[in-house]
Amino acid sequence: MIGVIARRELQGLFGSPLAWAVLCVIQIILAYIFLSRIELFVQFQPRLLGLEGAPGLTDVVVAPLFGNTAITLLLVAPLLTMRTFAEERRNGTLNLLLAAPLSMTEVTLGKYLGLLGFFMVMLVLVALMPLALLLGGPLDFGQLGAGFLGLGLLIVAFVAIGLFFSVLTDHPTVAGVSTFGALLLLWIVDWAGESGEASGVLRYLSLLSHYEPLLKGIFDSADLVYYALLTALFLILTVWRLDAERLPR
Amino acid sequence: MTAHTLIEARDLYRYYGGLCAVRAVSLTLRRGEVLGFLGPNGAGKTTTMQMLCGTLAPNAGDIRVNGLDLVAEPKKAKAHLGYLPEHPPLYHELTVDEFLRYCARIHRVPRAGLGQALLRTKRRTGLEGVGSRLIGNLSKGYQQRVGIAQAILHNPAVVVLDEPTIGLDPIQIREIRDLIGELRAEHGVILSTHILPEVQAVCDRVLIIHEGRVVLDDTVEHLIREHHLAGLRIALRRPPGIAYLHAIPGVAEVRRIGDERFLIRSLPDRDPAEALVEQAAEGRWGLYEMVPEARSLEETFMQITCGEGPGALAREGAS
Repeated sequence: MIGVIARRELQGLFGSPLAWAVLCVIQIILAYIFLSRIELFVQFQPRLLGLEGAPGLTDVVVAPLFGNTAITLLLVAPLLTMRTFAEERRNGTLNLLLAAPLSMTEVTLGKYLGLLGFFMVMLVLVALMPLALLLGGPLDFGQLGAGFLGLGLLIVAFVAIGLFFSVLTDHPTVAGVSTFGALLLLWIVDWAGESGEASGVLRYLSLLSHYEPLLKGIFDSADLVYYALLTALFLILTVWRLDAERLPR
Repeated sequence: MTAHTLIEARDLYRYYGGLCAVRAVSLTLRRGEVLGFLGPNGAGKTTTMQMLCGTLAPNAGDIRVNGLDLVAEPKKAKAHLGYLPEHPPLYHELTVDEFLRYCARIHRVPRAGLGQALLRTKRRTGLEGVGSRLIGNLSKGYQQRVGIAQAILHNPAVVVLDEPTIGLDPIQIREIRDLIGELRAEHGVILSTHILPEVQAVCDRVLIIHEGRVVLDDTVEHLIREHHLAGLRIALRRPPGIAYLHAIPGVAEVRRIGDERFLIRSLPDRDPAEALVEQAAEGRWGLYEMVPEARSLEETFMQITCGEGPGALAREGAS
């Protein structure tokens, strides 16, 4: 049942011009960043050669590329998640799902996995760029893999948060803006109180502080747990919100 | 609860903020019955239907569908329901076939029987020719049919239709009514409308809701008989005094509605027409018009919901 809803969601996304436009724009921007990083690398390559422990191709090109991909996703993910429930509620099509013999968990997970499917397509397209570097030289696959995992984990959390804000309202734009605000806040939350007692908590809450180590190739299971908790929290909240429509108060 | 009771709702309440939209509504629906939900706009029809279909939570009260509690066992209970909301839930970017196939899947129609269910439903709703058209490109009437198809596709025990004939042309309305008549055989149908002839045409039982309360729950047949207080509208060239008209056997009340025109309400089960004609001829009153007045369901409805209307005379007489 989850699969049926996920497929429908994915179909809906690919059936709309928005998804294609997003894929296209992201690809253009990231390709530009990618090429500019390659140029930088080519420029500095002779000097780097002489250095002991100098940053390699993966450090100079791939890590910044993935870092920028995360920023782009921060802007783009709300655009894609905002419609999920808000538009269905607005068009009255949500009634179809609510009246069908489905549990709200099935509805939420179906929609969630459908959206994730779309983002995974986007991720694969992005990953093709660094993989193309293999034509010219070796890559640090460990670091590349960790960066890729980091992006994947970010997306998993972004989509869960977006889904939750989409279920709160029947205005897609309101859902979009709220999602963007929430993501940005989680991104920069550790800016406040660089020192002080609260800084530890804020640092833990920050999306960025759990993403950066992965870009450097450092895999810590604590980061994995952070994303898992964040995702689970927002998915559960989404299910609760949907269930609240039918449960007596 | 008998074996044939499909829906049993007890004491439903629903508040929107401080406003009580539905108040102590109870109803039952039996197999083979078409229940008409009647009420002016904003009476609480849609809210009640949403609650019956599990898309809106009642603040209090419980609902059983085919013996299953809608809150405790929503998945099992909803499998027996087919619901057409006020605004048909349609994905405009899908074709009719794609959409119906999706609906069948989420309603757990087994894959094996899916093709057949699709064909049967399309035949019943007159959608055979438009299977490959985009829903967004269909006319309002066809979209409405797709909405109905979606509600009956999985062969539910209860079909709930919220204003199914709204926006349709008269021919389509008749087709939908025929379809509802057909559904009656195997399903229980709840139908909301504010078109009164529709209730008279297709419903077995009528539930009038006004300001969130059930103000009348009766069979249509009984309702028409009970409230069908016959009267006569007559016109006389040389009218006698009202007392003369009053004296005619079977006359309960007379009211002058013009210089030469009178409204006469008869006593229950008495028809004063014959005696009136005789007397008019004897007294040379110059009777030139006599129209029997039947109080329609509409007047009953007006009387119940507004306290005013063309049935005022009959009511005055009755009270």
